[in-house]
Amino acid sequence: MKDISKSINKVDNEEKISGKAKYVADYTMDGMLYAMTKRSSIAKGEIVNIEYPDLPKGYFIVNHKDVQGKNIIKMIFEDWPVFTEKNISYLYEPIMLVIGPEKSVLVDIIEHIKITYKEEKPIFAWTDSVIDYHFDKGHGNRIFDDADEIIEHTYETGYQEQAYIEPQGFIGYPEGDKTTLVGSIQCPYYVKNAVIQALGEKDENVRVIQANVGGAFGGKEEYPSLIGCQLAVAVKKIKKPIKLIFEREEDMLVTTKRHPSKTVFKAAIKNNQIIGLKAHVSIDAGATIGLSGVVLSRALLAVSGAYTIDHLDVSGDVYRTNTVPNGAFRGFGAPQMFFAVDMFIEHIAKSLNFDPLEFRENLLVKQGDRTSTNGLFREPVLMPNMIKKVIDESDYKNKIKQYSQKGNFKGIGMSLFFHGCGFTGSGEKNIIKAKVRLKKTKDGKVHILVAAVDMGQGIKTTFRKLIAHMLELDIEEVVFNNPDTDFVPDSGPTVASRTMMIVGGLLARAAKEMKSRWKEVTFTVEKEYEQPDYIKYDELHFIGDAYPAYSWGVNIVEVEVDPVTYQVYIKKSWSVYDVGKAIDEKIVLGQADGGLAQGLAYGYLEVMNHKDGKIMQKNMTDYIIPTAMDMGEMETYLFDNPYAYGPYGAKGVGELPLIGGPAAVAKAIESAINKNIYKIPVTPEYIMELMNND
Amino acid sequence: MTEIKFKLNGKEQTLNTDPNRRLLDVLREDFKLTGSKEGCGEGECGACSVLLNKQIVNSCSVPLANVDGQDIVTIEGFSKTKEYQVIKDSFATAGGVQCGFCTPGMIIATQSLLNTKPRPNDYEIKIGLSGNLCRCTGYNLIIKSVKLAAKDGDGLW
Ligand code: FES
Ligand code: FES
Repeated sequence: MKDISKSINKVDNEEKISGKAKYVADYTMDGMLYAMTKRSSIAKGEIVNIEYPDLPKGYFIVNHKDVQGKNIIKMIFEDWPVFTEKNISYLYEPIMLVIGPEKSVLVDIIEHIKITYKEEKPIFAWTDSVIDYHFDKGHGNRIFDDADEIIEHTYETGYQEQAYIEPQGFIGYPEGDKTTLVGSIQCPYYVKNAVIQALGEKDENVRVIQANVGGAFGGKEEYPSLIGCQLAVAVKKIKKPIKLIFEREEDMLVTTKRHPSKTVFKAAIKNNQIIGLKAHVSIDAGATIGLSGVVLSRALLAVSGAYTIDHLDVSGDVYRTNTVPNGAFRGFGAPQMFFAVDMFIEHIAKSLNFDPLEFRENLLVKQGDRTSTNGLFREPVLMPNMIKKVIDESDYKNKIKQYSQKGNFKGIGMSLFFHGCGFTGSGEKNIIKAKVRLKKTKDGKVHILVAAVDMGQGIKTTFRKLIAHMLELDIEEVVFNNPDTDFVPDSGPTVASRTMMIVGGLLARAAKEMKSRWKEVTFTVEKEYEQPDYIKYDELHFIGDAYPAYSWGVNIVEVEVDPVTYQVYIKKSWSVYDVGKAIDEKIVLGQADGGLAQGLAYGYLEVMNHKDGKIMQKNMTDYIIPTAMDMGEMETYLFDNPYAYGPYGAKGVGELPLIGGPAAVAKAIESAINKNIYKIPVTPEYIMELMNND
Repeated sequence: MTEIKFKLNGKEQTLNTDPNRRLLDVLREDFKLTGSKEGCGEGECGACSVLLNKQIVNSCSVPLANVDGQDIVTIEGFSKTKEYQVIKDSFATAGGVQCGFCTPGMIIATQSLLNTKPRPNDYEIKIGLSGNLCRCTGYNLIIKSVKLAAKDGDGLW
């Protein structure tokens, strides 16, 4: 049989290249109305009074009074109202939808709705801790008693905006008793379950369909549940098709972003070696908690990076502030922590006068080592060979020597990292409980029935390829349409680098059974997630195997820094990844490029901040993401390291290539300017500050 | 209301409408040509790219008045050409498509580039694509797609 990794052309190329692929903004329906959102103009306070203008005929207001179910979005931590009732906790909080046939009239109505507030002083400092976690490994803090030296540094990361090119949106319409939504979403069942709760409806009366998704990166994980619920409430009230599409500015100002973070690291040093680490991580949740606890856990779990440290004292807080809520973004806490820890280990090596590369290689995780939570790295760890590969390809050793001479403003940096694949701990078993179905129809075709979304990562192609490969069918004989909750079971959200490994793994099990029963003309096979026996995780105390498997990566990046403007130019990058087994090499390489571009840009280019709770970058002119000019050549290598429970050995891909970007580029800049870097993005202003601190 | 005449995908069109409307809206709403996408609405992302007299423009930044008497080609019209076939195949082969939202714009940008520089070097390709944002690919495979198109379509432009 052919090697599954061998690339094929993506199944949706044709429709996407020709412009025929339909995204949510491309849908129109007869009698369709538009919705726009009236938002708060203060960051904290209370609504005292609302004065409405006379509404022209055919125009409607939809607010919290129309919510017949619970006025709260269903998610991990339920603290987002569908519509704000009274208390304002961030600027531009959604208070109501204004709906009608003409957008210009909607704008006018919104302007004439007068809301009076009782303003309170907003909190922007990180003082209101709403979640705090703590765990130890080995002797925890006590190891510091044995130290003959303590090294301490603090690392900071900023906001990052997903900046999917397609803004958020839905179209909703009634179908008899049913409320149906079509949207740009990662998680059809998150939206469906949230709508059921908001409408107080029966399961069969809510239907959610995925439109083609123009990029998501976590930004369309939980946020669509909010606007989906608002629109569903409106559709149920008005009983007409309604479209709600964000403009770029609205999208930038009000949707979730990557949590800014601050990590205070201490290392206990004895005989010039690290004997223990202490870390405290703070993340900014913004005004609602939402997923922030899970983001914090993922950060904490990665506390020792790609290194084994026997004694750890790890803690963190989620702080609530009166700013836009932060949420899911590719990497989910891991990029923040891998930046901090990889810089810290490098900085320790430098201050102990070791060669940083050797120092890091000596600490690398090996198979059989204990994770930060005393789980086990069970699978082979290929990092030494992976590192060698990119070192050779990039000529790293010569370059780092050459570039370390003062004043040439060239630099090269290397990051080492992993990503825990799938949901943390027993999340798959306890919360998600994924279900998949394969259906063979009379014409001999096989239908993949899952709720996984192709948002560009190519799952439409790789799932069909996987099943075709297993059943020895032509890819044309395998059908996979955009999920529609009326037809597909809940295979879980399209997040956490779980889709191929977990959902694909289940599909592979279903395909195996289907193959054995192939003689039957038409039948359906259903499989449900079963947790591998070895996974035992105590969520409360952070003990055990937090992830079933790990994907690994190394990035080397070369930069030049302009000696006058301190502008950073990416010259080239070399990357190597162990994702178990690529189900399609070209698709994995595409993910690798795109993830790294986002990771590098997070490290040096993408600046976002708020002033008094207002996001200062409100469009793509203010918020700079890479253009074709900004990215140097990218070389990527894949190492096979099949994982027993993944289909053909596949592990997670999606998030991994973003995670190492920030540390790699920051180290490259360090090597160019001979200064230690403690925060990202490494902007020209920050470099200037470092250069002036001689 | 003003009468505006222009050529759209090879056909003469006459519209009686507000000349300040954005070309993008006219294409998407009046002609149902939804291959041109709105990513930013402010001339930054290139998702709305069309050819105006063979040159790439952001249709979100072009008031309809400006196209009076001009020649507009959208992705729908361009997809009927030989050049399109070559560009399409090279994007498919080189893996230049992920979510696809930037893709029609990228195809238009590629055509506009190859039309003026049939054998572009890397730098020229990057400049040619620099008005089109892609958040998925990191541009690496898009650049390779354009190179492949220039090679496979040598002589066509
Ligand atoms: S929508 Fe026209 S440039 Fe972005
Ligand atoms: S492929 Fe998604 S923005 Fe380019």
